[in-house]
Amino acid sequence: MAENKTVLKLNDLKLYFKTTGGIVQAVDKVNFELKTHQAVVIVGESGCGKSSMAKAVLRLLPRNVAEYSGEVFLNDTETMAMSDEEYRKKIRWVKMSLVPQAAMNSLNPVLRVGDQVSEPMMVHYNVSKEEALKQAIIMFQHVGVPIDFIHRYPFELSGGMRQRVALAMSLVTSPELVVLDEPTSALDVLTQANIFNLLKRFKAESATSFVLITHDIATSSELADRVAVMYAGQIVEVSDAHHFFKEPRHPYSAKLMASVPKLRGTSEPDFIIGQPPSLINPPTGCRFAARCPRKFARCSEEPPITIIGNDQVKCWLYA
Amino acid sequence: MNSLKNALREIKRYPSAIIGFIIVMMLVALAIFAMIKIPYPEAIRLWRGGEEVWYMNPKNAPPVWYNWFSKSKLPESFVVKAGVDEGFTKVVTTKPDGSSTINFEYNFTFDYDVFPPEVFLYFNTKFDQRQPFASVSMLTPDGTEIMIGDFGIPTKYTYRFSQDDRFITRINRIMGREMINPVEGIFAVPQSDPSIPLKGDYKLIIKGVTFEEGSDIDAEFVFHGRVAGWFGTDHNRRDLSVAMLWGAPIALAFGLLAALGTSLLSMIIAAIGAWHGGWLDELIQRITEINLVLPFLAILIMVGTFYSRSIWIILGVTIALSIFTGAIKTDRAIFLQVKESTYIEAARAYGANDFRIIFRYLIPRIIPLLIPTLVQAVPAYVFLEASLAVLGLGDPVLPTWGKVINDAETFGALYKGMYYWILQPAVLLMFTGLGFAMLGFALDRIFNPRLRGM
Amino acid sequence: MKNITETTQNKVNKAEKKTKFYNDNVFLSIKNLHVWFELRKWGFRHAGYVRAVDGVTFDLRKDETIAIVGESGCGKTSLMRTILRLNRPTKGEVVFEGTVINDLKAKGIKDYRSQVGYVQQDPYGAMPPFMNVQTILEEPLKINGVKDPDERVQRVIKVLEEVKMSPATEFLPKFPHQLSGGQQQRIVIARAMIMNPKLLVADEPVSMLDASVRVEILKLLRGLQKDHNLGVIYITHDLSTVRYFSERIFVMYAAQMIEKGNVDQIIKNPKHPYTFALLEGTSDPDANNASIQKEVPPGEPPSLVNPPEGCRFHPRCPKIIKGLCDIQMPPEFEPEAGHFVSCWLYK
Repeated sequence: MAENKTVLKLNDLKLYFKTTGGIVQAVDKVNFELKTHQAVVIVGESGCGKSSMAKAVLRLLPRNVAEYSGEVFLNDTETMAMSDEEYRKKIRWVKMSLVPQAAMNSLNPVLRVGDQVSEPMMVHYNVSKEEALKQAIIMFQHVGVPIDFIHRYPFELSGGMRQRVALAMSLVTSPELVVLDEPTSALDVLTQANIFNLLKRFKAESATSFVLITHDIATSSELADRVAVMYAGQIVEVSDAHHFFKEPRHPYSAKLMASVPKLRGTSEPDFIIGQPPSLINPPTGCRFAARCPRKFARCSEEPPITIIGNDQVKCWLYA
Repeated sequence: MNSLKNALREIKRYPSAIIGFIIVMMLVALAIFAMIKIPYPEAIRLWRGGEEVWYMNPKNAPPVWYNWFSKSKLPESFVVKAGVDEGFTKVVTTKPDGSSTINFEYNFTFDYDVFPPEVFLYFNTKFDQRQPFASVSMLTPDGTEIMIGDFGIPTKYTYRFSQDDRFITRINRIMGREMINPVEGIFAVPQSDPSIPLKGDYKLIIKGVTFEEGSDIDAEFVFHGRVAGWFGTDHNRRDLSVAMLWGAPIALAFGLLAALGTSLLSMIIAAIGAWHGGWLDELIQRITEINLVLPFLAILIMVGTFYSRSIWIILGVTIALSIFTGAIKTDRAIFLQVKESTYIEAARAYGANDFRIIFRYLIPRIIPLLIPTLVQAVPAYVFLEASLAVLGLGDPVLPTWGKVINDAETFGALYKGMYYWILQPAVLLMFTGLGFAMLGFALDRIFNPRLRGM
Repeated sequence: MKNITETTQNKVNKAEKKTKFYNDNVFLSIKNLHVWFELRKWGFRHAGYVRAVDGVTFDLRKDETIAIVGESGCGKTSLMRTILRLNRPTKGEVVFEGTVINDLKAKGIKDYRSQVGYVQQDPYGAMPPFMNVQTILEEPLKINGVKDPDERVQRVIKVLEEVKMSPATEFLPKFPHQLSGGQQQRIVIARAMIMNPKLLVADEPVSMLDASVRVEILKLLRGLQKDHNLGVIYITHDLSTVRYFSERIFVMYAAQMIEKGNVDQIIKNPKHPYTFALLEGTSDPDANNASIQKEVPPGEPPSLVNPPEGCRFHPRCPKIIKGLCDIQMPPEFEPEAGHFVSCWLYK
C-alpha cells in the first residue's frame, strides 16, 4: 500500500457534553493522523467515547454540547473553522461519510432503498434523479445487492442486505474518508465475513480511507492497517496493525488483547478487573493507573504522548 | 421510592408545577379546615337548617368584603347575646319580694351609608305564671331616646321592630312621613327626606321586669345588615361559608375517589386482558368500544332522575362507566409492549404465576405513567359533580359548590345582581381545575420521558 | 402464531411418565423435538407453519457444558425456550430426570422451573428496573414457598458471595441501573442459581458485555458448574468463546442440528461445510487477516416456513453433490467416535 498524503489529521480534538450529572468529557484532546488507502481501527470498550469520536469527526453534534474544539484537517483543509452550512455543503457526505451504528435501522422505512442511496448524489452534486439512480445501481453492484432491490423498501430486506445498502449510501459520493461505527455488531458471523470481504476490496480498489470504530478486536484485525486504542476519552496507543496484534505497547492494549478468546490459539483468555472511570470528572494522572498491573509512582501524573516512528503511546513506561 | 424523591426534585424545576402544587395544597388545607371547624354532622344540620338555624342572617346578603370596594358602606349583620357577648350587659336587681328588674344595655356604632332591612330581639324567658315585661328604647347619637315598644314576653318571643304598629306610628311621626322601612327611622336624621343616615354611637336599652322569684329574661339582639359573613348569604339565609368551605372536601373527595377508582380499575383490567390475550382481551376491548359510544352524561341524568341523587350512587355509576374507556386502550398498548420484556420472560422461567406477573411485574411499570393522568383527571370529575348539581341532580343533602350555583340560578342571582352567589363557587371550581391541571401537566413532563428511559 | 400440541403421542407417554432413565449421568434428554408455530393470515386463516425446531435429539450429562452454536434464525432460541417450557413442543419429548415435561400441569411445571436456571442475553433488561437487588433475588424464593424472611436473606447473601459480589450486604439495596454491565449479569446469574438448580441455560450471556468482562463472567459460570455439578447449555454465535467453556458443541442450522461433537473434534476437525464456514468466518486478532479474503458461502439462512428440499444447506454449499443433497435429507453419520454429522459427504 503506497503511503500517500494525509487524509485526516486531528489536533487536540475535544468534545464535551452537558448532562444532568455533570460535563461528560467524551473526547479529550485526541491527536492522530490517517493516510490515504489506509484503514484505522479505533478500538475501545463501552463508555470510552469512541462513538462520540465519530460524531466529533463528522460534526454530528447533539444539542447538549459543552465544548467542541481542536482542529480537524481533511486533506490539509481545516474544517473546524467552517460554518455549519459550509461544512454541510462541502464536507459532510462529500468528502467524509458515516455508516452509523445499527445502520440497518438508520434507513428511512418509508422510502425505497434505491431512492435513499441516490439522495446524497442529488443533494450534493445537483444531478438529476435518473443520473443519481444510475450511480446508485453501480454502488449496489459494488456492495453485492441485487439490482432489482432498488425498488424495495427496507423492511423487505434482511439485516445483512440493509447493512450493505447503508454502506452503499455512504460510498455513493465517492468520499475520501468513510467512518464506520460498529458496522457489523448486530450481524451474524457469515454475513459479517462477507461485509468485511467487501470492505477489503474497496480499500484496495478505491482511494477511500476507512475509520472503523468497534469494540470487537478480533474482527477489527480484518480491516486494520493501523490500530488506535481509546480509553476513557483519550487515545492511549496508535500502532501499526502488524505490531499491535503481536505486541501491543500500552498495558491496557496488552490486557485487552489477552482477554480475547482465540479460536486457534492455545492460551486461556484473561480479564481485566475493575471498571473504566466515568467520563464525568475523570481522574487526574493516567486514567488506566487504577487497573494497570504495571503502574508505578509516576503514573499519578498525566503521561505525555511518546512518538515511536509512525506510532504513538501515552504511557510513562515509554516516555 | 427514590424515584419519588427524584420526582419532587424535578417538580421544583417547573414554575407551573410549583404554582399548581401550591393551589392544590391550599385546597387541601381548606378542606381540612372545613372539616375541623364545622364537623360533618354539624355541617349537614346547618345546611338543612331553616329559620331556627339561620334567623340571624338576612336573606341574599352579599359578603362583608363588598364594603371594601363600594363607596357607600353597607351595614354589617351581627348578633349579640346578653351577658354572653361583649358589650351587651345584663344587670339583674332582685327586690326582696321576689320580683326583679333586669336591665340590658348594648352600645354599638352605626356609621354606614345604607340602612338595615330588619332588626329584632329574641327573648327567652323563664317564669311560672306571670310573664315578664320589657320596655325597649334606642338612644341615638343626637341624644334622642326613641321609644321602640313595650310588651309582655312569653317563653319564646321574637320581637320584630318593623312588625310593631305602635313603633311604626312613632317612627313615622319622628321622620315626618310614611316610612316603607320603619327600621330606617331609627338610624336616620329625623325629618330627613330621603333619609340621611345618622352616624354615631347608639345604645339599645331594654328594661325588663320579672314578677316571680326565679324568673329570668334572656335577650338576643339581631341586627340584619345588608352584608353578612365572609361569603354572603343565600335565599334561605344560610351563611354561604358553610357551602364554600365544605364544598372543598366534597369536591376533592369525589374527584380523587373517582379518578383513583377509575385509573386503578382500568389499569388492572387492561393488565389482565393484555397478559391473558385471546378471548378475554378481545372481550374487554369490545366492552370498551361499546362503552365509549354510550352517552355518559345522559345516563347519569337518568340515574339521578329515576333512581337516586345520593352522591355515593352517582360516584359509583361514574366510576363504573368510566373504567372501560380510552385509558384501557392506552394502558393495554403499554402492557403489550412491556409483556415482551426480558425480565417478564425471566419471571416466567423461574416460575412466577400469572397473578404475580401482572401485579408485581407489569403494573409497577405503568404507575409512573398513571400519576399525571390521575392528577389531570381529578378536576374532570369535580366538574362532573358540579355540572350534575347545576342541572339539579346534585346530592340534595350536601353543601357543594355545584348546589350553590344551582340555587343561584334557580333564584335568579345574575338577574338580580347577586354576582357573589355565582362567582364564589365558580372561582373555587376554577381554581381546583387550574391547580390540578398545572400540577398534572408538569408531572406529565417529568414522568413520561423517564418512562421511555426505564 | 399459535403453538400446536400433538395430544395422541403424549397420551401414550402419560402412562410411561416415570421411566427410569439414568444412563451415563444423563439427566436431560431431548428426543426428536419439533416445535412448530402456526402462521395465521388475517388473524384466523391458516397460512403455514414456522418450523423453528425440526427434529432435534441430544443428551445432556451432569457436570457438562454443551454449546449450541448457530446464527440468528436457526432455531436455537426456540429450542431453548422449549427446554424452559416457555413453549410447548409440537412433537417429540423433553425428558428431565426421567420425567417427560411436555404435558406437565401447573405444579409440575413450577417444580421443574425451580430446577432450571435461566441467564439471558440482556443483563439490564432481565431485571425489573423498579426492584432492588435483594427483592430481585428473593422473588424465586418467595415463589417457591420460602416463607421465613431471615432464611431468604441468608440465601441471598450466600448466592451473592458465590457470584463474587462482595460484600454482599452492600449490594442488597442497589437498583439495576446503579450497577455495571458485568455486575448486572452476575445478579442475573445469582438469581438463576438461588434455587440450587440442576440445569443452567445461558442464552448469549456475554454478548452484550465488554470484551474485558466477558471472560470473567464465563469463568464464573464455569466455576459454578464445577462447584455445583451443573449441566449447562450455553447458546451462542461466537465460536471463539465456546472453546474454553464447553465440553461439547452442537451446531444448528435451519432448525436442525447438523453436527455434534466434543470441542476439539469440532474446532480442529469440522466435518460439515457449514461448520467449516463458521470457523472460517470467526476471526482471531491477527494482522494478516486484513489482506486475505475469507472464503465464506454467500446468501443467507433459509426461511423456516418453506425450507429447501433435501439438505437445508444445499443452496449455499460449496461441496454440494447434485442429485443427492438437493433431494434427500441426509441422516446422521458418525465419522469418528462421538462426532456426528448430517451430511452426505460422510456416507
